[in-house]
Amino acid sequence: MTMFLTIAVIVLIFVVIFQIAKASEYVSVLKGEEIARKQNNKINAFLMVAFLVLGMIGVWYCNKVLYHKTLLPHGSASVEGERVDSMLWVTLAVTGIVFILTQAVLFWFSYKYQESDKRKVYFFPHNNKLEIIWTVIPAIVLTVLVIIGLRNWFLFTGEPPANSMVVEVTGKQFNWIFRYPGKDGVLGKKYYKNIDDANNNALGQLWDDKLGHDDVVSQGTVYLVKGKPVKLIIGSRDVIHDVGLPHFRMKMDAVPGIPTTLWFTPKYTTKEMKEITGNPNFVYELSCDQMCGNSHYSMRAVIEVVDQEEFDVWMVKQKPQYLVANPDKDPANATPATPADSTKTAAKMAAAETKPVAKL
Amino acid sequence: MSNEAVLHTHHDTAHGVHDDHHEHHHHETFISKYVFSMDHKMIAKQFLITGMVWAVLGGLMSVLFRLELGYPESNFPWLNTLLGKWAENGHIKPEAYYALVTTHGTVLVFFVLTAGLSGTFANFLIPLQVGARDMASPFMNMLSYWFFFAASVIMLSSLFVSTGPFSGGWTAYPPLSALAAASPGSGTGMDLWLISMALFVVSSLLGGLNYIATILNMRTKGMSMTRMPLTIWALFFTAVLGVLSFPVLFSGFILLIFDRNFGTSFYLSDIFIAGVGALPNEGGSAILYQHLFWFLGHPEVYIILLPAMGMVSEILAVNSRKPIFGYLAMVGSLFAITVLAFLVWAHHMFVTGLNPFLGSIFVLLTLLIAVPSAIKVFNWLTTLWRGNIRFTPGMLFAIGFVSLFISGGLTGIWLGNSALDIHLHDTYFVIAHFHIVMGVASMFGMFAGIYHWFPKMYGRYLNNTLGYIHFWVTIVGAYLIFWPMHYEGLAGMPRRYYDYGTWESFKQFLELNRFISTVAMIVFATQILFLFNFFYSIFKGRKVTSLNPYGSNTLEWTTPLRPGHGNWPGEIPEVHRWAYDYGKDGKEFIPQTTPVGADESHH
Repeated sequence: MTMFLTIAVIVLIFVVIFQIAKASEYVSVLKGEEIARKQNNKINAFLMVAFLVLGMIGVWYCNKVLYHKTLLPHGSASVEGERVDSMLWVTLAVTGIVFILTQAVLFWFSYKYQESDKRKVYFFPHNNKLEIIWTVIPAIVLTVLVIIGLRNWFLFTGEPPANSMVVEVTGKQFNWIFRYPGKDGVLGKKYYKNIDDANNNALGQLWDDKLGHDDVVSQGTVYLVKGKPVKLIIGSRDVIHDVGLPHFRMKMDAVPGIPTTLWFTPKYTTKEMKEITGNPNFVYELSCDQMCGNSHYSMRAVIEVVDQEEFDVWMVKQKPQYLVANPDKDPANATPATPADSTKTAAKMAAAETKPVAKL
Repeated sequence: MSNEAVLHTHHDTAHGVHDDHHEHHHHETFISKYVFSMDHKMIAKQFLITGMVWAVLGGLMSVLFRLELGYPESNFPWLNTLLGKWAENGHIKPEAYYALVTTHGTVLVFFVLTAGLSGTFANFLIPLQVGARDMASPFMNMLSYWFFFAASVIMLSSLFVSTGPFSGGWTAYPPLSALAAASPGSGTGMDLWLISMALFVVSSLLGGLNYIATILNMRTKGMSMTRMPLTIWALFFTAVLGVLSFPVLFSGFILLIFDRNFGTSFYLSDIFIAGVGALPNEGGSAILYQHLFWFLGHPEVYIILLPAMGMVSEILAVNSRKPIFGYLAMVGSLFAITVLAFLVWAHHMFVTGLNPFLGSIFVLLTLLIAVPSAIKVFNWLTTLWRGNIRFTPGMLFAIGFVSLFISGGLTGIWLGNSALDIHLHDTYFVIAHFHIVMGVASMFGMFAGIYHWFPKMYGRYLNNTLGYIHFWVTIVGAYLIFWPMHYEGLAGMPRRYYDYGTWESFKQFLELNRFISTVAMIVFATQILFLFNFFYSIFKGRKVTSLNPYGSNTLEWTTPLRPGHGNWPGEIPEVHRWAYDYGKDGKEFIPQTTPVGADESHH
């Protein structure tokens, strides 16, 4: 019922507008088309300048209402992201000035030079000096922006500092898998044909590769250390995803078959960010920023930034994926009653690996 | 082919080109006049009306998905009636949402703003403004439309497939678009999408080659290249862009078809699909497709934008009663944009793991494109300066175009700078940027063209009052919709999300999304008003009584009120000057056909 009412109302509005428009055409014929045209011209010229003024007020109001909902008031949560922000402000200053000036000129000229019987049009087909000015000035300004941009670009895409930690991020429809290299600092080999979700091998790790035996795998949440640069090695299991880190001002695609990297230095722990933002529910979120299927919008992970101490405590509690996937190799499961020789050696090996971790 | 030769292919050769009444001698049936027409003006109208149908469908799709974004908690039973299983309980499902987003993008970019815009105005204006009887090959021109029509039918049919239309975004990145197992829309829906797009590429190439040939070979006597109106220059460069870049897109599609159907691995490598297992493909590169796609994809935005720029230049000059400022600089900047358009494609790929050095070259070239764009804007502003402006609806939309082009163009400086793009890429900032600069601005160029040349198309005027309402609601609405989206982007809000409710970082914009959706509906309704005006005025509009209602210099206004096939009943007029002698030597306008007087000043 309300449905039909709404349609009826819309149709009615249409009819009314249309009748007014038709009537105005008749009126203009009666008044004399030239006179009516000039009246309309005045109205539209006035609306031009009104649009400019109201538009600028709108821009100000929009900023007032929405600015605090963006990420800008709290600054970047990564050291490198500060450069993004400062670049953003410089770019905003340049484009903002150009925006206000050109829009003002456009609508002001439209108003000022509206048709008038008195005005004689100024025949002004070209002027080389003017054209050179507005070719050269934008070129210089843009050169400055390019220089600032490229300096940052090469920093962001360059080698991470030597003391960086490494975390592997793998996207899959529709969540994220993280892998830490463990004590040896080296990620073990993997091959996609070995992926076996049922047997706890979501990444297709090769269990022959001993370097991978201490690799810790987690899903949904990743722990990073405040003040410690982190290098993400990014990949995908199926389609293209994208590691979006809005708080850190970083982003990189996850492409199947082609690993990509990204590094940054978290500046605040999650706890500190809760205070800075005044939001007790604050979490760093990792969003998928590349269309990846029907549940793209829910492909979320949480980043817990903690200090080194807390990180170490957390890391000790993690069981390497090798042991999760091969429980028979886990010393915790190895009971003395087990007779087979092979398990003994495996248990020895696993124990040898967990030892240094336990020292932490 | 000469003008005479073109004409004789449709004419009884018994009567000559100089026959004053030759248009009455056509023995045209309904089919040859309205359906399989070879008259460029009729083909233009066919492109326009098909484009309008798609604009309504594409616009309606955006209203539907905006409804879901703005009112995620509400149920609309009528959605169930309209979409059936795609909106059970009156809620658009994610798969339907993504299908709508994808189809909206595809049809607006290709069917409306490429076919509907340059298809319409290149067909309509090129022969009329260069002084030709018709296109170089009217038959190819007809084929161009019918290939487009076939593409349209297939795209439309994909909406009714049981697994749904393609739903992986208009850019159709593999592996998502290559694997039906990764997304149901990538099954039959994607097959139809690819066939439709392949036909569309054929249509564009047939049209584009024809436009280039006509402009180069069939200009009337005296119409040197530098005397052509800027519309023609813009349409010329548009056609060049299309002819050189669409084949590359086509090659990308061919490889995708091979990957989908014949087991090749051009784009596929190391893939494990949940529920299917590991795929055998190894060694392909998913990024290769993006290079091939954006090699068209970026020129494509200029294919969309240049015709609008050309028409706006013409309309601004005519209605300011003043020559366009810096004609040669305008042509030069069009040329610069055309060249640079081919050299910036990878700025869509800054975060794909692109080689950083390569990326830096693309930053440089991308920001370089701002220079010719700036020249164009300043020249338009100077054209208005000390003019005598008449606010016809066409002029209003032309001014609106300049405003939107500035607003959207400036944010291109943000996104083209890779280090800043890392943060803003694939957020709503991008949505705001390209909708303003390419979507709405080009739409404004198209409206400007329709309002301005409607009298030449149908011999009647559109209703001005409805035109004014249309303009003011649309420009205010466009800014209300897209301006706040910059802020969503600055919050890092990703595009192509069905729901933001579970995200701590993005859920604060629900109210804003509702506002945007509401404005979008109002703006959409206003476009329906325009359509009504359009179709009503074809039959009932105020009749055009003077040959040259705007006091315009260009050749189309030397034709009869309703030109027949062949455009000029007698000889094609000779051209003696450029198209922009407005306000020269105290004369309001001097048509191109007027010989240069002995006492005339030089400029």
